[in-house]
Amino acid sequence: MARVGVFVCFCGANIADFVDVPAVTEEAKKIKEVKYAIEYKYMCSDPGQQMIRDAIVQHRLTSVVVAACSPRMHEKTFRKALSDAGMNPYLLEVANIREHSSWVHQKDKKAATEKASDLIRMAVAKSIANEQLHEISVPVTKRALVIGGGIAGIQAALDIADARIPVVLVEKSPSIGGRMAQLDETFPTLDCSQCILTPKMVDVASHPFIELLPYSEVMELDGYVGNYKAKIKRKASYVNFDTCTGCGACWQKCPVKVPNEFNMGIDKRKAIYSPFPQAVPNKPVIDAEHCTMLLKGKCGICAKVCEKGSIDYTMQDEIVEREIGAVVVATGYDLWDPSPYEEYGVGRYKDIITSLEFERMVSANGPTGGVPVRPSDGKVPKRVVFIKCVGSRDEAKGIEYCSKICCMYTAKHAILLHHKVHDSHAYIFYMDIRAAGKGYEEFVKRAQVETGATYLRGRVSKIYKKGENLMVRGEDAQLGQVVEVEADLVVLATAIYPYKDNPDLARLLGISYDKYGYLSEAHPKLRPVETAKAGIYLAGCTQAPKDIPDTVAQASAAAAKVCGLFAGDTLKKDPMISTVNTEFCTGCQNCVTVCPYQAIVTEEIPLGHGSKEMRIVAKVNEGVCQGCGSCVAICRSMAIDLAGFTDMQIINEIVSI
Amino acid sequence: MEAEIKEKIVSMEKPHMEAPPDWQPVIMGILCNWCSYAGSDLTGTSRIQYPPNIRIIRVPCSSRVDPWFIIKSLQTIADGVLISGCHPGDCHYISGNYYARRRFLVTKKLLNFVGFHENRVQFSWVSAAEGAKFAKVVTKVTEDIRKLGPLHLYKKENS
Repeated sequence: MARVGVFVCFCGANIADFVDVPAVTEEAKKIKEVKYAIEYKYMCSDPGQQMIRDAIVQHRLTSVVVAACSPRMHEKTFRKALSDAGMNPYLLEVANIREHSSWVHQKDKKAATEKASDLIRMAVAKSIANEQLHEISVPVTKRALVIGGGIAGIQAALDIADARIPVVLVEKSPSIGGRMAQLDETFPTLDCSQCILTPKMVDVASHPFIELLPYSEVMELDGYVGNYKAKIKRKASYVNFDTCTGCGACWQKCPVKVPNEFNMGIDKRKAIYSPFPQAVPNKPVIDAEHCTMLLKGKCGICAKVCEKGSIDYTMQDEIVEREIGAVVVATGYDLWDPSPYEEYGVGRYKDIITSLEFERMVSANGPTGGVPVRPSDGKVPKRVVFIKCVGSRDEAKGIEYCSKICCMYTAKHAILLHHKVHDSHAYIFYMDIRAAGKGYEEFVKRAQVETGATYLRGRVSKIYKKGENLMVRGEDAQLGQVVEVEADLVVLATAIYPYKDNPDLARLLGISYDKYGYLSEAHPKLRPVETAKAGIYLAGCTQAPKDIPDTVAQASAAAAKVCGLFAGDTLKKDPMISTVNTEFCTGCQNCVTVCPYQAIVTEEIPLGHGSKEMRIVAKVNEGVCQGCGSCVAICRSMAIDLAGFTDMQIINEIVSI
Repeated sequence: MEAEIKEKIVSMEKPHMEAPPDWQPVIMGILCNWCSYAGSDLTGTSRIQYPPNIRIIRVPCSSRVDPWFIIKSLQTIADGVLISGCHPGDCHYISGNYYARRRFLVTKKLLNFVGFHENRVQFSWVSAAEGAKFAKVVTKVTEDIRKLGPLHLYKKENS
């Protein structure tokens, strides 16, 4: 026979002013199973909890109902009180008579009191069906996988590895470094990007706890938090990295020229290439799509000039497996394609470039040796128009969000232009100047004062050709008139956009993404680093547009989460998960289909005792199940149930009033 | 044939008796823990008032709601049922609310077929930030059910 204790809280005046608490307690005493009911001013206080503990022992309670605030508030507190009294903490139910009654029915005390009584009746009925549950311990593999070798991935990998936790860093291109390696100088301090990045890249390569897998991609991720198994494809590089010294003889002699991705296609690279001089690892790979030897079986020059004999045209893609406990996703960003802006003549006029192309041109190791030039005739531009928010904040043609970094890098570009071409002048069309960040506003001011750049508030409506130059027609909203600027070069601050394969990666990892393809965090404010899937974390622009300081901060935060996850020998998990009653399971596998976490697998069990014939039943993987209950509602034979929210518990609640 | 059935359905939803003057509808609210339950908590914290007719059950996800719960509620005490989950795309459990939506659509069709007015059972999306919306939804559902009258009158009529 159930012996339920009911503890009604006044919550000071919060409940007592609008609900007749003594009447509610009296009403609770009338319930058959309730053996003890009492009210108190603050149930969550120490004396309040002591009352619960004492009553559990004195009245030999089998379950406890606390009628107080929302269970989202103090469920943990009261569960602990139960444990302290030697009772299973999951025998607690909370009746939410504050948020759901006293606070929302302040004008009708009678109705609020009745409702509070009903809520208690429901909680009592549910608690009768409560079962003893125990936290689940899951073993944990203390190795992290970091996907993406940009600054976010580098920072996360270094921070985790510094905590003496092994890291597998997977980068899809031949070298780590990412977008930051393409930048010339960085706002707001104008320190050289390569100078601050490359030491970190070298640290990654030499760190004893980091296994760097360049030119690789994650193909599969199975398992659950603490116990993932990743399949990683190591793309064939056709170069033996163990013997290659990175001397460069091969790419000097290679006759095939291909547009250079690292320089945004401004110049050419060879079919065997290392993306940039400071690449880590500094070993070349052969681009199989363009190499004549691999395509037609003719050439072989690189193999001839290689003194070490490191070239191997027979190399195949290789799949490696790694057991890991947590994942940090840091795949970075791509640029939004500005071609919908037809009125700008994108694609028609050669002298319209994107900001990243400009960045490469002014970069000291860039294709033009650090001097911006016009793509059409190679002349150095004197009048450069920068257009901000190309794609960003434009619902009609682009995307709704702000790309966050363009205001700052355009100010930086004005300064860089001024440094490289002293007699130049920058015109900047802008919607707003968003310079929120340490030293950011000062930096924009510096750009305006130092370079004398003309900031024009307004949108550009048309760009057309006038002789060799471009005429940019826009609006100066502050003067309320149309302005036309003759430009030698136009630079578009194109929006940040997620990589187009982000959704595929998200599906592979079992995490969610938004309508653009950014990977979704578990909570936009309070859990910005976690995903909804336990043990998978986000860092950098793969989650949303970010500047370098924010990216590094998030990467370190993700690393801290990984270290926290690995702090104990086992992981503790909420026991409110599904269980299968194999007696009833018909093996229809509807539950397998609806499970969002692939937590349900099938197993074969004997048809009967000692039977040799087998039948298929569902089996829940305790580590993966998050306890949503989808499977319970879909199960037609009622073979699967969710601990903590069983059919019995919910039906009890329904029929209790 | 179809018209005949429709007519019967409509006739079943017309009260055969006057509701007692002090009658108050009872609405069973089944809310998902992460969005709607949190939203209903916010309604409380913001002290936004709504009619006291709803009795709330917490479930982890709207996909946990078995049509059985809806039918059982209507069979026993409830004059109406409100189910609320996270907005599409915001499900804490990735895709649970999509399953809930489909399952609910079918349940509702069945209930309509057997003669329940479509407003007896309602579904909504309330996020954890939409305290005001929760109050609005509850108010609307309560008024809808109040207009339809007590469900037990029909039960008596049919049995």
